[in-house]
Amino acid sequence: MTGAVPRVFLVDDHHLFRSGVRSELGDAVEVVGEADDVEPAIELITERRPDVVLLDIHLPSGGGQLVVEAVKRHDPGIRFLALSVSDAPEDVIAVIRAGARGYVTKAISGPELIDAVQRVAGGDAVFSPRLAGFVLDAFAGMPELAGATPPVDPELDQLSPREREVLRLIARGYTYKEVAADLSIAPKTVESHVSAVLRKLQLSTRHQLTRWATERRLI
Amino acid sequence: MRGPRDKGRVQRPAEGRLIGGLGAALSARTGVDVTLVRIGLVLFGLASGFGIAVYMVAWLLVPAENETDTIGARSLRDSRGLALIAGLVPALVLSFLLASAIGAGWLSQLAWPLLVSAAAFVLVWRNGSESERALLRRGAAPLLQIGVGKTRSWKVFAWRAALGIVLAAGGVAALTVGHRNARLAPLGGVALVLAAFVVVFGPWWLNIARELVLERQGRLRAEETTELAARVHDSVLQTLAMIQRHAEEPQRVVQLARAQERELRSWLFEGRPPGSFADGLATVAAVVGQIQHDVEAAHDIRVEVVVVGDCPLDEHLEALLAAGREATVNAAKWSGAPVVSLFAEVEADGVSLFVRDRGRGFEPADVASDRRGIAQSINGRMQRAGGRAVIRSAAGQGSEVELRMPRRRPA
Repeated sequence: MTGAVPRVFLVDDHHLFRSGVRSELGDAVEVVGEADDVEPAIELITERRPDVVLLDIHLPSGGGQLVVEAVKRHDPGIRFLALSVSDAPEDVIAVIRAGARGYVTKAISGPELIDAVQRVAGGDAVFSPRLAGFVLDAFAGMPELAGATPPVDPELDQLSPREREVLRLIARGYTYKEVAADLSIAPKTVESHVSAVLRKLQLSTRHQLTRWATERRLI
Repeated sequence: MRGPRDKGRVQRPAEGRLIGGLGAALSARTGVDVTLVRIGLVLFGLASGFGIAVYMVAWLLVPAENETDTIGARSLRDSRGLALIAGLVPALVLSFLLASAIGAGWLSQLAWPLLVSAAAFVLVWRNGSESERALLRRGAAPLLQIGVGKTRSWKVFAWRAALGIVLAAGGVAALTVGHRNARLAPLGGVALVLAAFVVVFGPWWLNIARELVLERQGRLRAEETTELAARVHDSVLQTLAMIQRHAEEPQRVVQLARAQERELRSWLFEGRPPGSFADGLATVAAVVGQIQHDVEAAHDIRVEVVVVGDCPLDEHLEALLAAGREATVNAAKWSGAPVVSLFAEVEADGVSLFVRDRGRGFEPADVASDRRGIAQSINGRMQRAGGRAVIRSAAGQGSEVELRMPRRRPA
């Protein structure tokens, strides 16, 4: 983190929602622009080069991942935080896999949102309880599943026991600080675990990861 | 090839009919596959004109599904229609005369069924239901259009007409002249005449069939839209109306909006239609969703739910979820926090449930307060069902209830 106020760009097709977020963010960030669809978002973001883009998962002409992919090709340094009411796990995972650094729901409070923006601006990953749940679900039960294709790359295709613990606590509603206290580790360590999970989520080629969401696992 | 039989009276269904719906009616009554019935009817109709006449008369006498009287009954009151039919009699006499003139006995055989069919056709045309008349009108459209004709493809039409006339002439010739092979000639003649019809009218008929399919699809889509509108009205619009009425009470508005948001979400992303929350609560995830719904509706609090995995319920898991519900309600009532987190994880060997709030908390060591009483009841419930409960709390630091139930594998 640079200490400076992060420059933020909003992408959401609901005007009402954009102005709501603007007022919630207040002076904590500098909003450098807004867009309501994929094309104008790509154009304006590459032009204004914000630190963080708050990105709706569903846009009129497609998923938010289109914006992430296009902008990352020009400027891999711009960071994205997905912000949505959408509950469909496959949509959320698609945006994360395209390169977003986190996912929070629109029910998030103002201070929590500011905190999340600052974390993403600082290069951390932001996992809401819901995203933690999705990820646990996506990686769940793989080793025990008899007959399933073995992981191509165990380093990427499985979560470590510690990462699972961290994700479970986040899913239970713990903040990073509370997770650190509960596991008796440093907050920085929690952040590195979460970043590692994000990396696995983005780099794993396990095909189940892209497919899993279609049917909820009954075990 | 046999489907279920319908024991009731024979009636022509409103849906799934091709012409008069008699094939479908027969199929429904006998349980024989409708396509087989239709093939049978067509063969019957082709074998002798008599088959067509039987079909047309049946159309008059078999009531339609949504009508009380038959077309025949209505026709008796249709004096103009009856007069028109009376006018057909001279046509019959004429054809008899013609037949004997050119020495074609087959024509007089054909005249009777033709007359009956034509009469029935006229009556259906005049007295059928609106949809039947529309069907006939459309079917007859090419005949009526020949004179008027759209000029779009005159050349094509001229070619088709010429070919049709040649074929028809060949057919008639075969029918009237071909005495050498008494069996084959009439058959060949009929085939040629039919071919002539197909050449001339085929494209129109195809067009009509396509329009019918399109219309059907359009109707289905319209029905879907109506259902969607009804659902949206029942849920979203009602809620919006309520919100307007409670505009002065922000808490109530938030509560309403929240409940609606959840309902819409479970509809859009989980395919559960609004209002169906109480049904089919057969899995852990479904019951957790129900707990969220009920607690948010009854208390001014947001319940954040995360569920990992899912499994069907048994009595032990029901006990776990009942305890979880109690813990959630407890937090909603006493914690004073704006949010309760509910996390459920289904694993191969057990199901865990965590209920956490950041409210005022309590000292577990304190003398039995209301909250502790409830905590003990949660504990007892879990132990009786073979699970365990751990309650962590401290004054001012919120509380968390951890519930775990081992899973019994069905042997």
